[in-house]
Amino acid sequence: MNPANYLVLAAILFTIGAVGVLIRRNAIVVFMCIELMLNAANLTLVTFSRLRGALDGQVIAFFVMVVAAAEVVVGLAIIVTIFRTRRSASVDDANLLKY
Amino acid sequence: MAAHLMAAQVLTHTRPGESAVFWVVGTLSVLAALGVVFSKNAVHAALALAGVMVSLAIFYAMQDAPFLAVVQVVVYAGAVMSLFLFVVMLIGVDSSDSLVETIRGQRLATGFFGVAFVALLVGVIGHTISHASAVGLASANAGGNVQAVARLIFTTYFWPFEIISALLIIAAMGAMVLAHRERTVPRPTQPELMRARFREGHPSAPHSGPGVFAAGDAADRPALLPTGAPDDASVYGELSGHRPVGDGSRENTP
Repeated sequence: MNPANYLVLAAILFTIGAVGVLIRRNAIVVFMCIELMLNAANLTLVTFSRLRGALDGQVIAFFVMVVAAAEVVVGLAIIVTIFRTRRSASVDDANLLKY
Repeated sequence: MAAHLMAAQVLTHTRPGESAVFWVVGTLSVLAALGVVFSKNAVHAALALAGVMVSLAIFYAMQDAPFLAVVQVVVYAGAVMSLFLFVVMLIGVDSSDSLVETIRGQRLATGFFGVAFVALLVGVIGHTISHASAVGLASANAGGNVQAVARLIFTTYFWPFEIISALLIIAAMGAMVLAHRERTVPRPTQPELMRARFREGHPSAPHSGPGVFAAGDAADRPALLPTGAPDDASVYGELSGHRPVGDGSRENTP
């Protein structure tokens, strides 16, 4: 097996995550799909790290994980705040800035 | 350089066991990713996402990244997923998706572009990897993967590392500020609560139980008030209004 098969798998996972962001309306599930895309990008970084024989890709994947953790904390706090005021976790209901 | 190229030739094909693990775990991860997108229940989506993260940890372990595999399990499958499940429980499991399309034809277009995008990526990558060569991490990981990654983090990537630690602290404070609810009215004191209760006409003493001052002490026999009228509040909700066999209405009147 060619180790670059991981890149194909990461591309498939990334596309599934992007499709999920576009078709789901529940804000939490949209957030999970974003996490899926971040994970697919991490798999790409680790695979390229192995293909090129340098550890920089692993270090950057580690940084991506840290930033993703921070992003999850803030994003979920925003979702909880919106849910508190609007009683809904649907991304279609948070359209107050539209008008 | 020659040794470099020789290593590349050796590692174009991976260890024999890795292929089987890749196809099994890869299939599982794609199925779990589809489960994230297409499951109706948010809890099921979260569990499927945990499956994807654990399978990615297996991939990291197979690709000579044991440190990242452990971090993936601890940070993603542990902390991030428990945070997700916590918020799902907080907001309500039954907050189901609306099936109304706000933009007409959005799902169809999404499906089309998703298939086109994955075909493009797989086509380009597949065309490129057919003659790709892998160097492998054997020399980079010679002194241990954790030591090598730590050396990079604390030398080449020192400033990004420091900035990211600041980002973590800012994110934690931001979450605290966002989740904090400011009290707009002062907390009522005990005398204020008591006066409010009396103003609404609540009785000052507890209600008597069933059968007090009545002819019988059965559980469905209402107590008698000082005026002689039956007190319906003394009888348990299910029994009030239900008249006993030996009709209690006459016995209850003094």
